[in-house]
Amino acid sequence: MKIMHCPLNGPRNISEFAPGGEVTRMPEPSLTSDEAWADYIWMHNNHAGVVTEWWCHVPTSYWFIAERNTITDEIIRTYPASQLYTERMNFEQNAENK
Amino acid sequence: MPWGLLKYGFSKKYPARQDIPPNKELKNSYDVIIIGGGGHGAAIAYHLARYHGITNVAVLDKGYIGGGNTARNTAVIRSNYITPESVDFYKESVELYKQLSNELGYNMLYSQRGQLTLAHSDASMRTFRLRAEVNKQCGVRSEMVDREQIRELVPCLNLDKNARYPIIGGLWHKDGGTARHDSVAWGYAMRASQLGVEFHQRTEVTDIKQSNGRVTGVVTNRGTVNCKDVVQAVAGMSTIVAKMAGIQLPIRTFPLQAMVTQPLKPFVDPLVSSAALHCYISQTARGEIVIGGGSDPYELYSTRSSLDLKEGLIGHLLEMFPFLSEVKLLRQWTGMTDMTPDYSPIMGETPLQNYWIDGGWGTWGFKATPIAGKRMAETVARGRAPDQIRPFSLSRFRTYHLSNEAGATAASH
Repeated sequence: MKIMHCPLNGPRNISEFAPGGEVTRMPEPSLTSDEAWADYIWMHNNHAGVVTEWWCHVPTSYWFIAERNTITDEIIRTYPASQLYTERMNFEQNAENK
Repeated sequence: MPWGLLKYGFSKKYPARQDIPPNKELKNSYDVIIIGGGGHGAAIAYHLARYHGITNVAVLDKGYIGGGNTARNTAVIRSNYITPESVDFYKESVELYKQLSNELGYNMLYSQRGQLTLAHSDASMRTFRLRAEVNKQCGVRSEMVDREQIRELVPCLNLDKNARYPIIGGLWHKDGGTARHDSVAWGYAMRASQLGVEFHQRTEVTDIKQSNGRVTGVVTNRGTVNCKDVVQAVAGMSTIVAKMAGIQLPIRTFPLQAMVTQPLKPFVDPLVSSAALHCYISQTARGEIVIGGGSDPYELYSTRSSLDLKEGLIGHLLEMFPFLSEVKLLRQWTGMTDMTPDYSPIMGETPLQNYWIDGGWGTWGFKATPIAGKRMAETVARGRAPDQIRPFSLSRFRTYHLSNEAGATAASH
């Protein structure tokens, strides 16, 4: 059994978690070309090595960030998303200011 | 051993047959370099040499021929897909498989015994009806079957109505079959090398040189080689090799776990698959039950196995065939699958003029080996992808023209 450390719930069986994909910055939709938006939606770094990803502890619906190695299958560390995202993103406002 | 036999062993009149010659020195330049010596790479090389007269070809593999994911699939061959472009494509692949032993003079152990896919829900029944109709329209033999017909096809299947996921119907695909995956790679490689193609094993590509939007050559652990065209056919490593050429792909790489049991007397003729249970089986010519298709839930570049996934897979197997609980496992392994967002491959042109991709083969690569070889060779020889593989171009993602293939493997849906 593989264990993942949830920042909220502590060590749990990995079967309780769902991966949410690599952490990327969403480009601002109103300022982004169709091609760039397609790249954002479809393309993946699919990196072999240490990646930073969204993960969700499903029973508690708690989303957090995990760093893990895609070659060795090691989970290096996990932490709350608030460490990466310190302020709220507001796309609507930017669109109006365009 | 009779002495008479031994003299043949030492006689120069009867030299040992060498299917694929050992590595020579790499030449300074080739017309075409194929990265990846699996089934696909070997098939492309064979088609280039045999049908397009291009024999100045080198196939480079960092390991050995057919030693990657060609050796790790579960050898299912079928064409009962759902989009017309896929059905047409895989249908031609099945046709090529049928006569591949004759084409290559090498026994593929091809056996067309039909594939039965089970439905456990009304939603599956609806999809199967659509698949059956699309298949018939394209000339592929698929039909809906009810529980009685399923009982006749696979008498040992658990058709208990009180099962957790009772079987309510199925899709019977007479064109389904299986072949020996190693033979496919070796057969193509052997015939291609007889036509002049060089196979360089343990030759790893570490960089791809380019200038002005064209590839000029590849850097390997045995030196740099120039070339006119490059094809990448590296299942499980598509992203990494494409990155060397500066190309980003819509691929995520997942392990896919499978296993075989000890040999048993023949008891199941067709290939049996269940999308809801994420499990499919077939009995090999040796009597082993090949149990396929557990996709790991998250991306990894690893061929490690995990008990969790094997347990789940076996649990589902026992829902279908409870009596197998007494049977021992013989081997288990993992392959790497390059999954695309629409479960269709990526074939043909790339942003680089003379760099061609044959990738994104997820869990559907083995069954496409002959047709991928044929179409990719055409692509390289003519300098453009033929119409049959246009729907699978890399550029489809930029224009949002995805080819959503819901008929792809039972494993990952």
